[in-house]
Amino acid sequence: MSANIINVTDGDFEESVLKSEKPVLVDFWAVWCGPCQIIAPILERLADSHLDRMKIAKLNVDENMGTASKYGVMSIPTLLLFKGGEVKETIVGVVPENKIVEKISKHL
Amino acid sequence: MIDKHDVVIIGAGPAGLAAAIYTGRARLNTLVLEKGVPGGQILQTDWIENYPGFADGISSLDLIQAFRDQAQKFGARIETEEVTSIVEQDQTWLLKGTRKDYPTRAVIIATGAGYRKLGVEGEERLTGRGVSYCATCDGAFFRDKRIAVVGGGDNALKEALFLTKFCASLKLIHRRDRFRGEKILQERVFANAKIEVLWDTIIESIQGEDRLESLQLRNVKENSTQRLEMEGLFVSIGMNPNSEFVSDLVELNEWKEIRVDSRMQTSRKGLFAAGDVTSACPEQIATAIGTGVSAALALTEYLDGMGH
Repeated sequence: MSANIINVTDGDFEESVLKSEKPVLVDFWAVWCGPCQIIAPILERLADSHLDRMKIAKLNVDENMGTASKYGVMSIPTLLLFKGGEVKETIVGVVPENKIVEKISKHL
Repeated sequence: MIDKHDVVIIGAGPAGLAAAIYTGRARLNTLVLEKGVPGGQILQTDWIENYPGFADGISSLDLIQAFRDQAQKFGARIETEEVTSIVEQDQTWLLKGTRKDYPTRAVIIATGAGYRKLGVEGEERLTGRGVSYCATCDGAFFRDKRIAVVGGGDNALKEALFLTKFCASLKLIHRRDRFRGEKILQERVFANAKIEVLWDTIIESIQGEDRLESLQLRNVKENSTQRLEMEGLFVSIGMNPNSEFVSDLVELNEWKEIRVDSRMQTSRKGLFAAGDVTSACPEQIATAIGTGVSAALALTEYLDGMGH
């Protein structure tokens, strides 16, 4: 995993994501989810190219069901972009890299 | 200097990796480009029971790892890249990727297929809010919930059976009066107390505010309608070929599958195709493998003929 991606949990979600100064793109994923593995390398590239403008975080839904259910996540992979503690963008499923960039860029 | 490959294979699912094993052994300089991780649709199943050679079944991750190791053993390189278009360049081909371009003498398109959608009101809006296309991914979110699966092929039956591990009850909705899927899967579905089959039934629309609440159904034989309260819907009605990026380049059939001949040659010389993106593959791992091997053999002969 890229050093520019952080792991977040139910415990530190508020501190790391909701109170973050920079926007945070959170990847809701699980080990048993094949399509999540398709999204992973895209996030690695985004982490390297967009580091100055946002943070990228991964949340394992298996271990952190609380946060997943609080935000109504019922499909993975789901990407939520948080800015100022609020969800600004929701991307569900395997979406091409350029579409992801297009959706998040307008909030950065 | 840009190094020119003998063959670039687009897609590292079963078809692409099988082709890579053969082109590697033919000592062709082989590059496989995969936009995500190797595996393709295999990654959406957890366990495979009908692939020959594994009487007890095999996990999808183990199988794809074995394909991948074997391709790499014979010299194929696998890189992460999404190919956005292919252009012809004096009898060879240039693949345009999101990171760079790849010149090559020949190409095998093995980009597979993605989920087909129902195309009904509410589906798009409630995707990820109760509507799902991947049981292995999302099954755990529906513990003790009332859910439905729509479809009648192998995948629909497999997903329904898998989901009974989590759900309280499951309606299997199918537009005809019999399933297309394997008989052995049908037997398991009929024997499962959690599954009720709704024959001759289509979904007309999907309702819910922030999350799925109900399905509007029509029985096409009796021409009656009903609304069914539901917390989850898994759509498993077949696949759409990932052929859009070459739709101006090669001939497609009415289902947007790439037309190939018996040697997996497309309408353009030097461009071959294999697996679920083609008109020749019935959505099975074993058949994807077969078409990948055929494409690799035909391509090897083609390059020999060019004086490679």
